[in-house]
Amino acid sequence: MSEQAIIKKFMYVNRKSPYGTIYALESLEVVLITAAFDQDVSLVFTDDGVYQLMKNQNTEGIGMKNFSATYSALGDYEVKKVYIDKESLEERGLSLSDLQELVWEDEDEDYAEKSLINLVSRSELSEIMNNQDVVLSF
Amino acid sequence: MALEVNGKSYETDEEGYLADLNSWDADVANAMAEADGAPLEDNHWEVINFLREYYEEYQIAPAVRVLTKQIGKRLGKEKGNSKYLYELFPYGPAKQACKYAGLPKPTGCV
Amino acid sequence: MSMLHTVNKSPFENSTVLSCISLCSKNSSILFIEDAVISVMKSTKFTDVINNSLKDFKIYALKPDLEARGLSLDNVIEGVKVVGYEEFVDLTTEHDSVQSWL
Repeated sequence: MSEQAIIKKFMYVNRKSPYGTIYALESLEVVLITAAFDQDVSLVFTDDGVYQLMKNQNTEGIGMKNFSATYSALGDYEVKKVYIDKESLEERGLSLSDLQELVWEDEDEDYAEKSLINLVSRSELSEIMNNQDVVLSF
Repeated sequence: MALEVNGKSYETDEEGYLADLNSWDADVANAMAEADGAPLEDNHWEVINFLREYYEEYQIAPAVRVLTKQIGKRLGKEKGNSKYLYELFPYGPAKQACKYAGLPKPTGCV
Repeated sequence: MSMLHTVNKSPFENSTVLSCISLCSKNSSILFIEDAVISVMKSTKFTDVINNSLKDFKIYALKPDLEARGLSLDNVIEGVKVVGYEEFVDLTTEHDSVQSWL
């Protein structure tokens, strides 16, 4: 990290199901690029965006790359804040157990795995969103 | 574009990265390194093999900072630093090692 | 006349699924593909709409699109038929015409 680096708070809001459109994949790529530049990155999964984290995705039949495995690399990129909208899960009959686990490894504690996922209500999300420097919606 | 090694042809992009991850083998990695003037040794292979495993698991080539941290975790702190990795891969560890490993250019590579 | 309707948008995203259902006649069918496969899952806020529609016409969902999204076949609403690409082709020939909703 360079001494003079400006660090901004970037929030990526993921609102679409994967594969039907290119938004989910594009968002993930921009997230990784932003994180590689040492910015403060957080991700939100709301509306159909919650489907991006579904377990057991298998894209063989549709002939597209299954990028769900890449979300597990977020911790390596030091993205430590992932917010899941509780209401969006409920509307879809889903719970956290339907979604993949996301962790980061704490080097200072012998690589102990710590969860990235925070289940939040709309009102909590609204407050977190208000505290960002940049919010990008996909 | 294509690269010819021992009579076998490997499709590449304009920067020399393999077009198809699955067409990779040790021969093409060695040929790329020799063309760059630095044949591969065990230390290089540790990093190349790590990159292939990382891609297999996460479907991406890691950015250099991620690579450095993970090498430190798996191969020891004395190898998990930019100095060591830049000595092995002077054109940039992520870019050059990913190329030898047959991976696409890293996402967010600097 | 029988018509096969195909819909590819999530019901949460816009009203295409609901419009299609309201315009589908009794001897016609709806095939949900791509993001529209979300419509046939149990326990969503659209489950009742789908259950009611099943009384009037046949509903299908494309299996590869369910699998891609990690949507378990066990959680598909009963009465909805899960089909593959070959049956998709059969459906288009069995009906007099096809309407692809956008």
